[in-house]
Amino acid sequence: MASLARIRVAVPRRVSLQPFARTIQTAADTTQLHQDASHSEPFTVKLHEDSFRGYRTETPSLDVEVTKENLLKWYRSMTVIRRTEQAADALYKQKLIRGFCHLAIGQEAVSVGLDSATTFDDNIISSYRTHPFVILRGGDIKSLIGELLGRVCGVSKGKGGSMHVFTEAFQGGHGIVGAQVPLGAGLAFAQKYHGKKHATFAMYGDGASNQGQVFESFNMAKLWNLPCIFVCENNKYGMGTSAERSSSNTEYYTRGDLIPGIQVNGMDIIAVHQATKFAKDWVNSDKGPLLVEFVTYRYGGHSMSDPGTTYRTREEIQRIRSTQDPIRGLQRYISEWGLASEEDLKAIDKEAKAEVDAAVEEAKASPFPDEKELWTDIYSAGFEPPAMRGRDREEVFRF
Amino acid sequence: MASRSAFSRLVPAITRAQSARSVGARLARGYASQSGHTMTVREALNAAMEEEMLRDENVFILGEEVARYNGAYKVTKGLLDKFGEKRVVDTPITEMGFAGLAIGSAFAGLRPICEFMTFNFAMQAIDQIVNSAAKTHYMSGGVLPCPIVFRGPNGAAAGVAAQHSQCYAAWYGSIPGLKVVSPWSSEDCKGLLKAAIRDPNPVVFLENELLYGVTFPMSEEAMSDNFLLPIGKAKVEREGTDVTIVAHSKMVTHSLEAADELAKEGIKAEVINLRSIRPLDIETINKSIKKTNRLVTAEGGFPAFGVGSEICAQVIETEGFDYLDAPVERVTGADVPTPYAVNLENLTFPDTNSVIKAAKRALYRTN
Repeated sequence: MASLARIRVAVPRRVSLQPFARTIQTAADTTQLHQDASHSEPFTVKLHEDSFRGYRTETPSLDVEVTKENLLKWYRSMTVIRRTEQAADALYKQKLIRGFCHLAIGQEAVSVGLDSATTFDDNIISSYRTHPFVILRGGDIKSLIGELLGRVCGVSKGKGGSMHVFTEAFQGGHGIVGAQVPLGAGLAFAQKYHGKKHATFAMYGDGASNQGQVFESFNMAKLWNLPCIFVCENNKYGMGTSAERSSSNTEYYTRGDLIPGIQVNGMDIIAVHQATKFAKDWVNSDKGPLLVEFVTYRYGGHSMSDPGTTYRTREEIQRIRSTQDPIRGLQRYISEWGLASEEDLKAIDKEAKAEVDAAVEEAKASPFPDEKELWTDIYSAGFEPPAMRGRDREEVFRF
Repeated sequence: MASRSAFSRLVPAITRAQSARSVGARLARGYASQSGHTMTVREALNAAMEEEMLRDENVFILGEEVARYNGAYKVTKGLLDKFGEKRVVDTPITEMGFAGLAIGSAFAGLRPICEFMTFNFAMQAIDQIVNSAAKTHYMSGGVLPCPIVFRGPNGAAAGVAAQHSQCYAAWYGSIPGLKVVSPWSSEDCKGLLKAAIRDPNPVVFLENELLYGVTFPMSEEAMSDNFLLPIGKAKVEREGTDVTIVAHSKMVTHSLEAADELAKEGIKAEVINLRSIRPLDIETINKSIKKTNRLVTAEGGFPAFGVGSEICAQVIETEGFDYLDAPVERVTGADVPTPYAVNLENLTFPDTNSVIKAAKRALYRTN
């Protein structure tokens, strides 16, 4: 009979299905001052009325309290992250980075905005386009670039590479599309088991959203009321297949069946911050899981080998870069609201560039992992088998 | 999905198990310390889980029908009553999902026992076991450990045909990062499951449905809450000097029966119960070969790229090869999808006679 009760609760909320008629807007610079900006006190700004859409739930408030300090911090983080990704791009082209490398240029508002409303006690787990989280959650530029270069200073000692990066506050960094979603549900399960009031953000893309295990995770999370926020980072393309060509329903925030969802302008960091706060409050008040779809855009190709132009037009990319760029949007807020001068921001840019350049040099100077590292971490220390075999019978490592 | 009715499968299993029950009793003489205690494999597994759940709050069990139904094969019987719904969790039929969820909870410090109703269904989840559980510790440079046990019945049951009769020892045995255990007796099950739960690495624990109801003697040590068997060590179940028979799981029963028969002809067979598939205890095998100079492997899995194949390769690559006086004989399941008809099924899996025949061939005896 519990299921009947659930239906009854759900029915009145269908009102919120109405906004389907309108589309989310993804400009990065439509937030307005609600009161005079302050240099020392928090002040309120108002997001564009189409920043959110809701499914079986009300949407977050459009009034957001921000501080100058935070806005400048976010600007700095986004700038550092873009610079770092550009450095990775260059290093890849110099053949210093091997294999796959997926860049999140254009999607900075999602990672920085999400991190801005969480603590290190919350879990974030994602796929393989996750370099920013290393920098944001306990690693640094050097340990990220070091990992991409396969050096011992890397976050995973050079053994994971671009797709497999982890910190104490970021649970990876997973290379199999969609597999991180049930893992995220498991992190949330453990939080609930331990009675902790923290949240898990299980992130995936529009491409992964069609994996069966994503729906399996939705079902268990709802069934067991897990504090899990399923975050669909919709950058419009799963590799080269557009959302419309992969998904019969491209309104990803509505795909959780009984799980409510919100769709969010993922290009405006203030909207991302507000949505993340909303989501954390949601799970912390024992309302069970929530779906959050950040609508964003990837400027580059899927990975370094993809020029990103066979399945979309150069004009499309150019248009979004010039009208919806998340960093430029925040820059405009800061200038227009009189929080910092153009010179101040340029100084931040310069500082970010210097910081990234220095970190790249330091990472390059880091040695490759010791050959012994081939054998460590296969098993937890002290619980290894007596020996592991190398390439032939004489290459045997004894623990 | 009709074949999900595992309960119907219990019936043939129990019937067959009863015939095997005497085997366990006869084996009592093989145990070092006699205590008079006995336990079925099912009870031993249940006791191992109960003891470890009492010992560590972070241990919990999840899987299909593990709680209210008391386990599709009754291995988790009574645990719900003792530990409640928080720690004994019935899942939907959603293997990839709940395996992934269990692994995620292990990343976060829990110690899940993830039961698969059978390992055939774990194929739905094999990506999570191989790519998420086995590799994350390495890929993260040691940041994320994954202390988890995947357990459930493995290998052929009776009369359930191709999709429900397969041994996965070789599949998981080939993956670095996993430990793979294939116990035989009640002592094996208790000591190794407890060790698996305490191990900080992912352990695949392959049980055998046909052994669940078999009663084995339990030593005084094995009855203790702290009885642990080392993962990666084989056990010499019967000493002999003429031929070494290495087996795991139910084939240990057949190998011991074969040894009894061979003894009647004056052949002293040494029977090694492998216990662990990975790490494979090649040292114990080689030590025995040095004594007997002849080797037979016995398993229920497919022949190609199997446990026997790996033992052969490792013997050849190590000093064991120098002591062999005859080619290694492999006794395996047949290279066919398991048929349903009883006469055909009987041709698919090795029995005591298959082991006797191979042992004699290794000894160049023809009759």
